[in-house]
This record gives sequence, C-alpha cells and structure tokens, in this order.
Amino acid sequence: MTTTTYADTSVTVDDEGFFTDPGQWTEPMAEQIAREQNIATLTDRHWTVIHFMRAEYAAKGTGPTVRILGKTSGVSVKELYQLFPKGPAKTAAKIAGIPKPRGCI
Amino acid sequence: MTVSHPGAESGGMDKSIVILGSGTAGTLTANRLRRTYDERECRITVVDQNDDHVYQPGLLFVPFGLAEPHALVRPRPQQLRDGIGYRSAEIERVDVAVGKVHFTDGTSLDYDVLVVATGASLLPEETEGLTGPGWGEKVHTFYDLPGAVALHRALKRFEGGRVVVNVVDLPIKCPVAPLEFAFLADWYFQRRGIRDRVELTYVTPLDGAFTKPVAAKALGGLLKEKGIELVTEFALGEVDGTGGRLVSYDEREVPFDLAVVVPLHGGAEYVERSPGLGDELGFIPVDRHTLQHPDHPQVFAIGDAAGLPASKAGSVAHFEGEVLAHNIGRFLAGKPLDASYDGHTNCFIETGFHKALLIDFNYDTEPLPGHFPGTVGLPLLKESRANHLGKLAFEWLYWHNLLPGRELPGISSAMPEHGKTHTPA
Repeated sequence: MTTTTYADTSVTVDDEGFFTDPGQWTEPMAEQIAREQNIATLTDRHWTVIHFMRAEYAAKGTGPTVRILGKTSGVSVKELYQLFPKGPAKTAAKIAGIPKPRGCI
Repeated sequence: MTVSHPGAESGGMDKSIVILGSGTAGTLTANRLRRTYDERECRITVVDQNDDHVYQPGLLFVPFGLAEPHALVRPRPQQLRDGIGYRSAEIERVDVAVGKVHFTDGTSLDYDVLVVATGASLLPEETEGLTGPGWGEKVHTFYDLPGAVALHRALKRFEGGRVVVNVVDLPIKCPVAPLEFAFLADWYFQRRGIRDRVELTYVTPLDGAFTKPVAAKALGGLLKEKGIELVTEFALGEVDGTGGRLVSYDEREVPFDLAVVVPLHGGAEYVERSPGLGDELGFIPVDRHTLQHPDHPQVFAIGDAAGLPASKAGSVAHFEGEVLAHNIGRFLAGKPLDASYDGHTNCFIETGFHKALLIDFNYDTEPLPGHFPGTVGLPLLKESRANHLGKLAFEWLYWHNLLPGRELPGISSAMPEHGKTHTPA
C-alpha cells in the first residue's frame, strides 16, 4: 500500500492504484484519476457508471464485474468498453475510488 | 459437533425438505440427509425436470473419443436412497415469502427447508453471434453432452488449421476444464500425427492462465511447453462464425478454423422468476460458511447454484454436503447453525499423455505445491501418472461414494494444510 495525492488530499491506494478506503474519495478526484487512465473528460455516462460502482460497493462489499454492470447499470457492455476502453470494471472501480473488484474464481 | 434431530422437539414427521435439482449437489444432499435423519423426522422430496444424470467430468473426454457418451448417463431416481421422494417436474417459480414451489403443470409443493441445487445453465445465446452461422459446425462447446458429441465429429474431420479454446467469462463450471481441453487437444493432434499442422490458442478473459497466482504460473508454463499460445484479457464481444473470428469488445481479433467456446453461465431460469431468491446472474446468494440464504433462513443452496467465491466443481458440492446436512438439522431443530464450509476445492487437471496434476485449495489458501492429503500422497501442482489414475478412479468414486453422500477415503471436508509448501508466486 502507498499514499498518493488527488485533489490536494492524501489518500491510500494499493499496489495497483485502487483505493483501499472508498471514504477517502471525493468527486473532484475522479477527473484526475480518469486522466491517468487516458480518459480526457468524464461525461454523464461515465458518471452514471461511477455512481453505480460506488452504490454496488456500498451494498455488496465488492465492485461489480463487467457482465453484471452490463446487466444492471443501464449501460451496455459495448458502451462500457467505449467509455472505459481498458477493462471497464477495473478502470471504473479505480476512478470511482473503490477497491479492485474481486471477480470470480 | 453433535447431530441435531429436527423431529426431536416437534415429535413427528411434519417437516418437509424440498431439494430442487438432482445433479451432483442435490443427489448427495438428499442421500446425506436421509442417512442422517430418520423418515419419521422429515420428508425429503427431490425435484428435477429430466431423469438423466450426466457424469459431467466425463464430458471433457468425449470430443477426443476417450469416453462413450451413453456411458456417462444414468437415471436420476436410481441414485437416491430409499425413503426419498422423487418428482419429475419443471419449476415455474419459488415463492420464498410463503415457502412454496410452483410447477409449470399447476401443482405446488410446500417446504420447511428448501435446498436449491439446480446448478448452472449455459447461456450461449447471450454472446453475439455465438449460436449464429457456424454453430455446431466450426463453433462448438463441450459443456453439454450433445455439444461434446458434435465436437467429437468435428475433431475427427479436422485436418489442420487454427483451433481456438475460449472462455467467454467467469463463473463457469470446472474452471480448469478449458485448460484440460487445450492440453488434451495437443495430445490428440500429436497422436494423429498432424500437430505440426495445427495452431492451438487459449483465449481467456483473465490476465493469466488461471485465477490463482501460483497455479496460473504453473499452468501457463504447461501451455508454453506444449506450444499453445495464450491470449489474455480478451473480453469476447462477438463470434463471427462465417469469417472465423473471435472479436473482443476492445476490437481485438483472434482468427479460427475451429472454435471451442465455453459459453456464459447463469443460474436456472426459474430463479429469475422468483423474486428475492437469486442474484443478477440467477445464482443464490448464501452465507459462504453456513450456505444459508441471508434474507430467507429456510432457504439453502449448494453446488453450482450457490453464488459463492468458490469454484463450480463437484468436489465443492461434496465438501459442502457435510456442512449443509448438519446445518439443516440444526435449523429444523431451532438451533444456531454451527457447521462451516471453508471453501475447500480439489481438482485433477488432465494434461495429456496419461498424466494429470492435482490442485487443492480453499477460500484463504490458494493452490500450492506439495503433497495431498499429507506429506506422503499425490503430488500437488505437478504432472504425474498417479494423478491421472486418480482422475480415472474418480468416476467410480463419483457413483459409489460421492453421490451416495459418503466420505471419500482419506479426504476430509476441511482443506488439509499438512503437506503443502508455501512459496511465493
């Protein structure tokens, strides 16, 4: 685990850059994390996914997989890949300030 | 742990246990429960929509002509002990609020305890193009019996070209089976003398050959050794059967002449029609230790139907069985559940040339090298002939020990720690 700074605030992230405490995340941080992931601006559609990710994490203790996102977020898998080109579940989790989704075994 | 008898307090046979599904998990649960609890204590009814019990581990061998399809199928009711009711019916929905199962023929069944053991279903139609042109001709699956038989015919005709093995997404039944298929394909084409004319590629949505780091490294090494190309982080968006291409959502392409695809999995269809029973994919969310539904205490799930962070594998159902039978007795007796499943999983991985490797793990410990079940025993994470013989012997044990709900010789429900070597990946 390491410490990094987003929106002038120090936060704790894991080795891959995922937040370890979603409580440290604020909306202004998202734009900066998105740019690190080569997403220049966050549109309303991005925000739909980001808010959905945080709500899912709060309810279930893990972020959803791409397949569950596609079924339940109102954004299709195809569009998810357009919004978050390199692995929507992981990239959106990183921008939404939640830990890496556990996925399946 | 002492066994609690459900009839002890109520004093009679007024409890009804309904088990949905008569596959590996449902059958072994019914048999365990019947052996533990007297017929005067509870009624047990098992429901399934067809009477064919398929030995699913055998499906892997059918495409290579190593198993006879008809030899893998036995009648479901015959696998159940005396004193267990069997009902052949299609489930319409479960009403968890009142504790009732409705069938499509208009009848219903009340329960005091419901065990959901209807497994996982294949959903090939959820992937664009997968069941389109070429399906059953150059696009196949071996995850059901008709598919495995059709693939056997296609492999016999195959004279060379690009063979792609693809897992669309997890969870799938027996997550090692697609790797085993790739290993056996290498062996099969060598045996036919055409291996030099076949390009073998393994395409996975994961970032490695397998989910767990130490095993992923060992299995990735085996792919390399056998000249099988590994394509990772491939999220299949579309199958183009006519053009012979797998296309990912991020627009990468893998060309093929023969594609062996493991389709998306979901829970049984009726789960979606049963509000409050399942999750988004139709699996049943249960406590990972007690196997009880968090919102409906009279509902339990076992095996592939359960939405647990464990593999969908027969060994998991077997290890869960002991815990489940015990906890159902406690529940019916009004006592707190005290049996706990630890995530124990045990899989033989067939690697071709009469060898196999064995992995053993649980929720907290990933598959490690060493020996199983103790310091003297079968080698773990290492190819050996002994493991191959173990895999073959398992078929007999499946029908004669596992389905009847008996212990397997020398193997406990809890994962053995003894004999494992903890080394970093």
